[in-house]
Amino acid sequence: MADNTNSKTGYQMEYERKMHREEMKQQVISFVMMILFTFIAFGMVIMEVDSYFVIPTLLILAIVQVAFQLYYFMHMKNKGHDMPALMMYGGAAVALLTIITFVTIIWW
Amino acid sequence: MSHDDVLNPKSMPHDPEKATLEGKNKFLGFWFFLGGETVLFASLFGTYLALNGSTQGENTPENLFGLELVFIMTMLLLTSSLTSVYAMYHMKNNDFRKMQTWLGITVLLGVCFLGFEIYEFYHYIHEYGFTFRSSAFGSAFYTLVGFHGGHVLFGLSWIVALMIRNQKRGLNLYNAPKFYIASLYWHFIDVVWVFIFTVVYLMGKVG
Repeated sequence: MADNTNSKTGYQMEYERKMHREEMKQQVISFVMMILFTFIAFGMVIMEVDSYFVIPTLLILAIVQVAFQLYYFMHMKNKGHDMPALMMYGGAAVALLTIITFVTIIWW
Repeated sequence: MSHDDVLNPKSMPHDPEKATLEGKNKFLGFWFFLGGETVLFASLFGTYLALNGSTQGENTPENLFGLELVFIMTMLLLTSSLTSVYAMYHMKNNDFRKMQTWLGITVLLGVCFLGFEIYEFYHYIHEYGFTFRSSAFGSAFYTLVGFHGGHVLFGLSWIVALMIRNQKRGLNLYNAPKFYIASLYWHFIDVVWVFIFTVVYLMGKVG
C-alpha cells in the first residue's frame, strides 16, 4: 500500500483525477434521472391516473431510483463490491419475504 | 518511513476508504449492517402495509397526507444525497476543505428535512388529533416514518461529529474510511425514503 501511494507520478495523478471526474459526471446524470423519476411519480398521483396502472408503475420507478442510488451513489458498480452486493441482495430477499408474510397474514 | 507518513500520503490512493486493513474491515462490516437494516425496515414496511387500512375513523392516509410537503422533503433529501457524493469526490482528490464544505451543505439540507418532518408530525397531532395511539394505522405510520427520522438524526450527528473531530487533522487514510462510511449511511437513508414516499405517501393518496 505505502509504496504506491507516496510515489505516484504526475501522469498517474492526472489520470486518476480524470477518472474521478468521469465518475462524478455519471453520478450527476443519475441524480438528474432520479429527480425526473420523482417528478413522474408525483405527477401521476396528482393527475389521478388509474390506480391499477399507477401502483405497479410507482413501485418500478422506486426500484429503479434505488438501483441508481446503490450502483452509482454508493459505488456498487465499481470493482470489489461482490460482498456488498451479496449482503444487499440477501437483505432484499429476506425483506421481500418479510413483507409478503406480514401482508398475507392480515389480508387472508 | 514512519507510521504517520503511511497514513498521510501526498495524494490519496485510488480507493482511500479501502487502503488500510481497518478501512477494508469497516467497509465490509458496514455493508453487512446495511443488509440487516434492509430487513429491519422491511419488517416496518410490512407492518405498515398490513395495518394501514385499520384507521378507526376519518384519519385515513388519503385525508391526512399533503403531497406538497412530501415533495419538498423528497427534493431536500435527494439533493443532500448528491452533495455527499460531491464530498466523496473531493475526498478522493484529497481536497479536505471542499469535502468539509460539501458535507456542511449535506448537513444543512438534512436539518431542513428533519424540520419539515417535525412540522408534519406536529401538524397531524394538533390539527387532526392523529397520534401514535389513534389507530393501528397511526402506530404503524409513526413507527415507520419516525424510525426513518431517527436515522436522519443519527446520520446528521454522525457527520457533524466527524467534521468537528477531524477539522484540524485534515484528511488521511485513518479518517477517510470514516467519512466514506458515513456517506454510505446517508445514501441508505435516502434509499429508505424513496420507498417511504412511494409506499406510504403516494400509494396512500392513490388509495
